[in-house]
Amino acid sequence: MSALAQVSDAQLAEVALTRGEYELASRLLGRAPAEVELGVIGAMWSEHCGYKTSKPLLARLPTSGARVLQGPGENAGAVDIGGGLACVFKIESHNHPSAIEPYQGAATGVGGILRDVFTMGARPVALLDSLRFGPFEDPAQRHLLDGVVAGIGGYGNCIGVPTVGGELYFDDSYRHNCLVNAMCVGIIEQSKLTLAAAAGPGNLVLLVGADTGRDGIHGATFASVELNDASSERRPAVQVGNPFLEKCLMEVCVTLAGDPRIVAMQDLGAAGLTSSSAELAHRGGCGIEMDIARVSRRERGMTPYEVMLSESQERMLLVVRPEDASSVQAEFDRWDLHSDVIGTVTGTGRLVVADAGEVVCDLPLDLLIDDVPLRHPVARRPDGLDEQLAVDPLALAPPWSMGETLLRLLNSPNIGSRRPIFRRYDHQVGDDTVVRPGGDAALLRVRGTGGAIALTTDGNGRYAALDPRRGAAIAVCEAARNVVAVGATPVGVTNCLNFGNPEKAEVFWELSEAVEGMREACLALGVPVVSGNVSLYNDTEGVSIAPTTVIGMVGHLEELERRCGAGFARDGDAVLLVGPVGMDLGGSEYQRLAHGVNAGPRPTLDLDLEARVQAAVRAMIDAGLLASCHDLAEGGLGVALAESCILGGRGAELTTGLFALGAPTVRAGLLFGESQSRFLTSAAAQDVAAVRAIAQSHQVEVRELGTTGGDRVAIAGVLDLELAEVLRAHAQALMPGQGWG
Amino acid sequence: MRFGIAVFPGTWSDRDCARAVEVAGHESVHLWHRDRDLGGSDCVILPGGFSYGDHLRTGAVARFAPLMESVQEFAAGGGLVLGICNGFQILCEAHLLPGALTRNVSLEFRCETAWLRVETAATPFTSACEPGQVLAVPVSHGEGRYVAEPSTLDRLEADGRVAFRYVSPDGSPVGDASPNGSMRDIAGIVNEARNVLGMMPHPERAAEPLLGSTDGMRIFQSVVNAVAADSVFAVPR
Repeated sequence: MSALAQVSDAQLAEVALTRGEYELASRLLGRAPAEVELGVIGAMWSEHCGYKTSKPLLARLPTSGARVLQGPGENAGAVDIGGGLACVFKIESHNHPSAIEPYQGAATGVGGILRDVFTMGARPVALLDSLRFGPFEDPAQRHLLDGVVAGIGGYGNCIGVPTVGGELYFDDSYRHNCLVNAMCVGIIEQSKLTLAAAAGPGNLVLLVGADTGRDGIHGATFASVELNDASSERRPAVQVGNPFLEKCLMEVCVTLAGDPRIVAMQDLGAAGLTSSSAELAHRGGCGIEMDIARVSRRERGMTPYEVMLSESQERMLLVVRPEDASSVQAEFDRWDLHSDVIGTVTGTGRLVVADAGEVVCDLPLDLLIDDVPLRHPVARRPDGLDEQLAVDPLALAPPWSMGETLLRLLNSPNIGSRRPIFRRYDHQVGDDTVVRPGGDAALLRVRGTGGAIALTTDGNGRYAALDPRRGAAIAVCEAARNVVAVGATPVGVTNCLNFGNPEKAEVFWELSEAVEGMREACLALGVPVVSGNVSLYNDTEGVSIAPTTVIGMVGHLEELERRCGAGFARDGDAVLLVGPVGMDLGGSEYQRLAHGVNAGPRPTLDLDLEARVQAAVRAMIDAGLLASCHDLAEGGLGVALAESCILGGRGAELTTGLFALGAPTVRAGLLFGESQSRFLTSAAAQDVAAVRAIAQSHQVEVRELGTTGGDRVAIAGVLDLELAEVLRAHAQALMPGQGWG
Repeated sequence: MRFGIAVFPGTWSDRDCARAVEVAGHESVHLWHRDRDLGGSDCVILPGGFSYGDHLRTGAVARFAPLMESVQEFAAGGGLVLGICNGFQILCEAHLLPGALTRNVSLEFRCETAWLRVETAATPFTSACEPGQVLAVPVSHGEGRYVAEPSTLDRLEADGRVAFRYVSPDGSPVGDASPNGSMRDIAGIVNEARNVLGMMPHPERAAEPLLGSTDGMRIFQSVVNAVAADSVFAVPR
């Protein structure tokens, strides 16, 4: 091994290290790093692996709770869902690869998050996807959308894990940086949870699954820099997925969960063999020694550097005792999966890599993981934000009648039916999907317990652009409302922070604010963060995306029978608004459509009220009082009403005079404002008094608005539409060239 | 009775099929692709999935699995074989059924409820249905468009071997709403001896009221009835 005499700026740029960081590494090491070592340090110190910017912020999040079985730090988080079972879940971004190669970028995003879950032994039972693109009207964006949806389906459908939910927004801010966040949820007996901490010097390290190729070299560092015109030349940094291989790998890993022969299991993700081996050894307080000449290759002539940094997919590391190696290898052979003994666990605390006996890397693990130089960028509130917030969204008169406005909102690509997307995903395989995509949260039966889990992802970037703190808090509340609307109790959060380049003071301010907002909301609702992922440098040509905090949430429903749907279930039920009347138009979808701006005060949020409203609604569903329950989100009350009609296949008439009051802007505010902490519910007439009593005991407002039934969606004195017309506008939102009119 | 459920690498509705069999009150045994033993099965199910990753063509590799030799013999001897989704594709590749399944006309994967009209109750797989009855059964595939020579299609129709056709919920022709654009809207067919059925929709996903439909259970029930009736006359194996 020879130390690099001189390191050029270009070499440092390739591994995304600053000159200062390079010098620090040399100082800690007591010498200049060799070539392979430099690549290893660059990868481990990248934002993607080392969280050098976000680590101090993330430490502020609440991560403990009575149900938490595994918090952040492992491959995925885990919570107790009763019956001796654990729900294992995590969300992760694959934004940069998807922007360049949408199909493979999205597919390998799904593959990666699946591995994070089955590495812990859990059988994946559901996938969700949170997607953001530029304007739907732009054919280039639709091309990206099509590729990403095909990639998600191509992987998930083939491997046989249902894609049960997610969300999709279009906004100018994502025109050059689409967001593709994938969440995976698995279930396992608690006693079989498998961790990724190596133990027992002398134990063997097995590399299992795909052969190693040149694909994805520098993927981790690629995700830690901005995109530009030359980014498409980075295409070799995008990996290619093989869901068939992963299906076989998954079956073996799930079978081996809880098997005493398995000491530890760790998947290979960003920075491939480098980060997986280092983290595996470091978690267990051990060291690791590998000879990469033993790694099966896909192509000839690969250098040790390339082998260590390859991000070839569908690979796992296992630690086994020497006497068990051949029997464990036989389990993989049964599925025609290749396995190599590539090294041993040591007690040295070092990562030692040899190539056919010649040492090419010998680094202390502390340097790679504990000594990641944290960056503490300056935070500065963006100029001009005050002017934006000072705009009065009620000052502009609505351009359309209220009826036409509702139809336009339903036809908006941000609100209309997602069926053209989710019918391309197998959302049923596994036979546990009780509430399919299209409602609030998806609901999955948990076999053998009588219960269910509710799953959702949420994250409105428009509110966050006005106020990242409020925006992140709303994302948590909205996710929790979706979970509560089906009758479940929120039990855990996973988050994906999608931001621009944190070296910009404004972006770092957004990031710190968002983490604070997430912290406040999680504390207020009593739901811990158990896993997460950070995607920074979502910039192109110096322009950053809107600060987008995506929240993935898992809820638990004790008894499947006590669930609730979002569609009006019967004719003649009372339509009830639970929560306050409001008219927050700032940041709303109405504002975007009607006036083409995003300005004014973002929706107000009273976290104490939010918690009370959610508790009240849960109590109402638990008492069996509600025939339907739907969260109010984009498009406000008007859209929620139409959606409950669409999902229930019946109309409704609101007879209250509330909405006919005041000027047209006030009506628009009341109907389409996105005020928080609200649900639209329906209940039998004889149950209304009991609903009111529960609301009162939680100090929550309830208003009776009208009655379900008929074939019209009508609001006295404001709008009167045929249900068929409403259905059509909603159904055609994602069908280009098919307007509602 | 006992259902044997084939497992190829890449198969994923094996566990769903086992669950449906359990709901029907019967037992099932998994059959590994490399084995030749059918484990005393009264009916073999070739379930859905992406056997061998759909490499070459859907079902093209699975056809050569050792297990399929036994399935061929079993079918030749009159044993009941039910191919669902990828199973239908394998049966076509193995020439146990005529025709082929090609890419959906939409060029997209489709997962949604399909409505199937029962075209004949005179098979061991449909005897518990009424002819003309409409069943709600989910589909989930990217390559489910049934194609065959016009003469083959004519013969299938003339022999009453079209088991299911895609229709609208009210039983009228499906038109453009077909999930895959199959020729003559064919969703499932039987072989000449009527002991092998291939169908693209997933009856195992329509086995419980909780999941929206129990119509798929009629197919499992028909098989159970057929095996029970047969066993009255059968010589012990």
